[in-house]
Amino acid sequence: MFSTVIVLGIYYWSVFERFNAEIMNTDEQLQFWAKAILIAIPISIATKIVMMIIFAISNYIITREKMPDFEDERDKLIELKSTRNSYFFFGMGFVISLVVLAFGYPPKYMFIALILAGIGSEIFDNLSKLYYHRKGV
Amino acid sequence: MKKSNHSVTNNIRKLRFEHNEMTQQQLADTVKVTRQTIVAIEKEKYSPSLELAFKIAEVFKIPLEQVFTYKSKND
Repeated sequence: MFSTVIVLGIYYWSVFERFNAEIMNTDEQLQFWAKAILIAIPISIATKIVMMIIFAISNYIITREKMPDFEDERDKLIELKSTRNSYFFFGMGFVISLVVLAFGYPPKYMFIALILAGIGSEIFDNLSKLYYHRKGV
Repeated sequence: MKKSNHSVTNNIRKLRFEHNEMTQQQLADTVKVTRQTIVAIEKEKYSPSLELAFKIAEVFKIPLEQVFTYKSKND
């Protein structure tokens, strides 16, 4: 969770730096943000894969217990509930981004709301998983 | 979230010890779930599906109601 947030945080920081350095019309702005979000998707996936490999190796070294290579009914239920929570969070962010646009703010703020909703939903998803694993489901 | 008005208790831990001190991992492998799920069931943090409950009872070769007990909190 932290790794994804840190990597995406650094990436979007560089995106904002580039955005502020350039002067663009509305069409170019939309294209810029669309590209920025599309590039963020493989970055996020790659980060997750690398972190899962590192976690699996370090977990084996510390506990000498192999991570299960399948999902059972409880894992699926936790996954389902966490995904529901994260979709709800992202949905709220999407509505906020529309409200921002409806109130006449520039598209930049709509995309900022969408990006924050995306990162927030990722955090919410992981926190939900942690909660259901510890407190029960 | 609304709290459930019932709870399912179990005596899996006791039954494991009565069956040659079966480990949680052995039980998990037999019923094809992760050890964490067996831990959660024993701690009553997770109520298994009917299918999994039957599988666990089958491992101990006893009826389901001798493994799991349903208790309404109103009782």
